[in-house]
Amino acid sequence: MMVSQLTVGERQLALVLLILMAVWGLVMTLAGADGLFQAQGTLIFLYSLGGIFLVLSGYFLPPPAANREDRYYDDPTKAGIILAMIWALIAMFVGDWVAWLLAYPEMTFDAAWASFGRLRPVHTTGIIFGFGGNALIAASLHVVQRTSRARLPDQLSPWFVLFGYNLFCLLAVSGYLIGITQSKEYAEPEWYADIWLVVVWVTYFILYLRVLARRKEPHIYVANWYFMAFILVVAVLHIVNNLALPIAFNHVKSYSAFSGVQDAMTQWWYGHNAVAFFLTAGFLGMLYYFLPKRAERPIYSYRMSIIGFWGITFFYMWAGSHHLHYTALPTWVQTLGMTFSAMLLVPSWIAAGNALMTLNGAWHRVRDDATLRFMMVAAVFYGLSTFEGSFMAIRPVNALSHYTDWTIGHVHAGALGWVALITFGTIYSLVPWLWKKERMYSPKLVEVHFWLALAGVLIYVFAMWNSGIIQGLMWRTYDDAGTLAYSFVESMEAMHPYYIARAIGGLLFLIGTAVGSYNIWRTIRMPESAGVVETPVPEPAARPVLRSGE
Amino acid sequence: MTIEHEILVIAAKSYGLFYLIGLSVIVLAYTFWPSNKKPFERAAKSIMEDEDRPWQ
Repeated sequence: MMVSQLTVGERQLALVLLILMAVWGLVMTLAGADGLFQAQGTLIFLYSLGGIFLVLSGYFLPPPAANREDRYYDDPTKAGIILAMIWALIAMFVGDWVAWLLAYPEMTFDAAWASFGRLRPVHTTGIIFGFGGNALIAASLHVVQRTSRARLPDQLSPWFVLFGYNLFCLLAVSGYLIGITQSKEYAEPEWYADIWLVVVWVTYFILYLRVLARRKEPHIYVANWYFMAFILVVAVLHIVNNLALPIAFNHVKSYSAFSGVQDAMTQWWYGHNAVAFFLTAGFLGMLYYFLPKRAERPIYSYRMSIIGFWGITFFYMWAGSHHLHYTALPTWVQTLGMTFSAMLLVPSWIAAGNALMTLNGAWHRVRDDATLRFMMVAAVFYGLSTFEGSFMAIRPVNALSHYTDWTIGHVHAGALGWVALITFGTIYSLVPWLWKKERMYSPKLVEVHFWLALAGVLIYVFAMWNSGIIQGLMWRTYDDAGTLAYSFVESMEAMHPYYIARAIGGLLFLIGTAVGSYNIWRTIRMPESAGVVETPVPEPAARPVLRSGE
Repeated sequence: MTIEHEILVIAAKSYGLFYLIGLSVIVLAYTFWPSNKKPFERAAKSIMEDEDRPWQ
């Protein structure tokens, strides 16, 4: 039970914080200018009330044993894994829903909440922040404790980070459904939710620094550098891009501090660095810890990981303007973004190459262990999608690819092929270690999940490459008279079969996630194996027999 | 407005270049500094040691 692990002082502080949050929600509900603001306030109030009941129900339990300092504090990581899988199921379901919606647009049933414009950010926020964010918080808290050989400094702040963060995600997706958005991609939540995320995120940053300050290991392992870059830069990006003035303090609507092309540039400086630091740096932190652990081989080149780190953190900062080719943005800024995007190939391939070279010599493990294979394929997709990204950022290439489905294909090669697969590999490693089980409930189902996920992402990506290039070419084909050969509607008709293929690919990926969730659930409920220490157990056991070709 | 833009262009094209070169030199020097070799190798291996408890 979560509350029993808090000291009495922490239980009191938790109650104080939750009561303050409940009051905040109540004030929003009572003083809200309209139903939208009131609904968001009510959500905060009920969420906090649930927390208050949770703390009170365990308030009089005996305080935690004094020897808790002998152990790592893993319960927030366990909760983060479960939350990540719940968000994955919801957001991938909504993602596949909107994929079918694009193939059959009449499926909105004339309901505002079911329109593409509202459901699509539910999908993106649910995946990036709900699934990805919870997985990153969970993995980072695991890694920082192990690599620092130090326990989290207290029991309350990790729970505040985790539950506070999920409140932000809930405010975001519930807001979209009722029509709240500030219309900035991947930064749709409005000002009050943004301020709340700053509070949560700064707590996360301080928590991470406090663990590092307690470390017994002199050198800070490189995975922590990536996690730190993720936490710090996301804080900076989030604060700057969301600088806005609400029209009233009891109203959801706000106006950005930036306007015109500066607004667009700030947004895409944020947007591309969200890809860089949320969807890349954080997951590279996962890769640099869990891939060597699972393969039972140290990283191929530690020096390469350092050069890669500084390359990625430095170059990515300048790449955002490639989202604004052929716009009002000055050409030299576009060229700057294009150049840095091309240079990014070097540190990106350093990371992908480093991962694959680490596996060199452990290919029999990759063959036998689907969990390690998830990580291997993730590294391959990381290499592929970063090459594709650098290529698409080149202005004349972008002339063909921009505004087409090619972009969607590229994003999903990264999000499904890289981010989701490395996360599943990490979760399949972590679940038996943390819940003290000998192995996953069913190694066969891990295999099933792997092949469903791989088939899903390949179908998805090939469908969107085809669709995007056809679309791009149809939009730029002129006839002898110098007018466009195809109407926009004709290009949409051409895309229809690919939209169906994409939705099927997404469905396979979603089914894989459901299989994975079931397997994780059954593993958690398995009887605890006696005397299992935290060692990676490859499943099924690696066969020592040499085969031809090895 | 034009002056601001001009200044930004000059800064990006001059100081920005030296900033990039300077940072690259510092990172490469740090990475390949001979005395850093051992700690890096130790760091890469240290995560392989399995201990389920924090060091006291």
